[in-house]
Amino acid sequence: MAITFDDVRSVTTNAERARRLFGYMRQLPMIPLFVLSLLGFVAIFADVIAPHSELDPVKPTSAQCQALYGAPDCPYLEDVPPFWSEGGSLTTPLGTDFLGRDVLSRLMYGARISLIVALMGTVVAGTIGTLLGVIAGYMGRWWDQVIMRVTDAWLTLPSLVFAILLLSVRGPGMWNVVLVLALVFWSRYSRAVRGEVLALRERDFVKLAEINGISKTRIIFRHLIPNVMNTVMVLFSLQVGVAVIIEASLSFLGVGVPPPEPSWGLMLAQERDAMMEGKWWLAVFPGICISLLVLSANMLGDWLRVRLDPQLRNR
Amino acid sequence: MPVSTSPLLRVEGLKTHYFGFGGSRVVKAVDGVSFTVEAGETFGLVGESGCGKTTTCHSIVRLLSPSAKIVGGRIELEGKNLLDLSAREMREVRGRRIASILQDPMASLDPLFSIGNQVAEPAYYHGLLRGRPLHQRVRELLAAVRIPSPEKRLKEFPHQMSGGMRQRIVGAIAQAGDPCLIIADEPTTNLDVTIQLQYLNLLKELQQATNVGLIFVTHNLGIVAKMCDTVAVMYAGKIVEMQSVRGLFYEPRHPYTKALLDSIPKLGTKEPLYAVPGQPPDLSALPPGCSFHPRCAQAMERCRTEEPPEVRDNSGRTTRCWLTQPQEAVHA
Repeated sequence: MAITFDDVRSVTTNAERARRLFGYMRQLPMIPLFVLSLLGFVAIFADVIAPHSELDPVKPTSAQCQALYGAPDCPYLEDVPPFWSEGGSLTTPLGTDFLGRDVLSRLMYGARISLIVALMGTVVAGTIGTLLGVIAGYMGRWWDQVIMRVTDAWLTLPSLVFAILLLSVRGPGMWNVVLVLALVFWSRYSRAVRGEVLALRERDFVKLAEINGISKTRIIFRHLIPNVMNTVMVLFSLQVGVAVIIEASLSFLGVGVPPPEPSWGLMLAQERDAMMEGKWWLAVFPGICISLLVLSANMLGDWLRVRLDPQLRNR
Repeated sequence: MPVSTSPLLRVEGLKTHYFGFGGSRVVKAVDGVSFTVEAGETFGLVGESGCGKTTTCHSIVRLLSPSAKIVGGRIELEGKNLLDLSAREMREVRGRRIASILQDPMASLDPLFSIGNQVAEPAYYHGLLRGRPLHQRVRELLAAVRIPSPEKRLKEFPHQMSGGMRQRIVGAIAQAGDPCLIIADEPTTNLDVTIQLQYLNLLKELQQATNVGLIFVTHNLGIVAKMCDTVAVMYAGKIVEMQSVRGLFYEPRHPYTKALLDSIPKLGTKEPLYAVPGQPPDLSALPPGCSFHPRCAQAMERCRTEEPPEVRDNSGRTTRCWLTQPQEAVHA
């Protein structure tokens, strides 16, 4: 006999494993994952794949200079439209901005900043807020009093003004924006999560865990946090959008990511006037990128919400 | 296991009060309750809503709401006073020595964890078992509570179970830490009648197999008759009568017990259902004397002014009523 029992079994389990993997893959949310991984890929490899520098103007050919200025040499061509409109060129597929920089390259480098700021900012804010909210809701007493009074005070501060204040202390810069977004937005999570935990705490399964001698830390991490993830996920996917916009506003006001750096929000903000003059590509492309990011964050959040709830995921 | 002479659980003079409005309003939810539970015994705790049954249970596991405080008494489990234990030691007792079955099977299970994980949690957390033996134990526990095809079921989630199955799973969780005392707080209230019967039979079987002491809280006297060995009737935070289940039904001695027994609906009679007159008293403003006297048909002058003491007769029955006092005590 060439085939032993063990061989047969290992073959079937391999096939089984492959089928299970395939079945799992099919449940993944393809569109948001595709968009997010594309954005992530572009962000990571911006150095390699960007056709031009993000900071320096694109060097025009002498033919272009001749056509536009009647001189054989010129420093840059500003506001070149995308390649399919008249006057566009394939060297700068999405056109150039008011300083002659390639919009596509700037979008690619901008993906780095926008992704890091939006995702990190919301994740850090969400983590801080969720932990504080669970502690306040579950521990009660003075924990609750202290945390929730601080949260209340935090919520009364107008977020943009507060962010500007913090940034004027810290100075502009990408990581400072992340920090400030976390500091400004954690209170939204803690408020929502605390309310949820107050209801969960009275549910019998938490009581049963207590009666079974499970420690408070374990109840918090095993029972409470997974049960509030629904709320947190929904808030998270909404806050990603808000974070992008806030980052844009901060950059526009000059306290966010400092101007020569390309961030989508900054690009959008800087080119508002240009759009009024009919140079739509300057504002529309960063706008599309922001929308895609926010939309896929929302879709991914929704998928996660369903996955995390055993009643909703179809088994 | 060493044979101990002391009972499994001895509660003595337990007083748990709720303090409201900065201590200005004191609700004496449990006021001087004493009883014992032996291993393998089922101890029934009956009474109207709000008479202190659940607070008594919560006091035993020391999981009271922040406004409640145990102000007196002893709770001895296997000879150790639970009220002296530190929070950490108490956590060891919960789940390993004392377990509980709660009222609502729909809410007793965490919707996000598989049945297997939840049944395993007490044993895993207290470090009793890990890995394959734990898995094996969970399967045995599920089989013991009559969950069909446990191997498949332990991967499923609470929403895929019926109410009766969930309550059986809660029973399995209670067994998981191998406790010596299980507190069942109205475990069948939310089940329908046929499932109730199944569940009670199952509990009795499990109890016989593991010889745990069972405290059974209910307001259904039919269940008491079926399940319990000893019964305590509570009224306004006190045990007014305690005796064997047979004695309670055939020879009730306290007027409140009699009134309760009279208010069980009977088949085949056209008489209107008897109800104990009046309302349960406000526990923060109890009437002077015996707290039952405003509703008692046999109330005497003495009941209005003096509170009857708890008296134990030769056969171990206790009552709190002037009517049942030995003659010399009444005239003293």
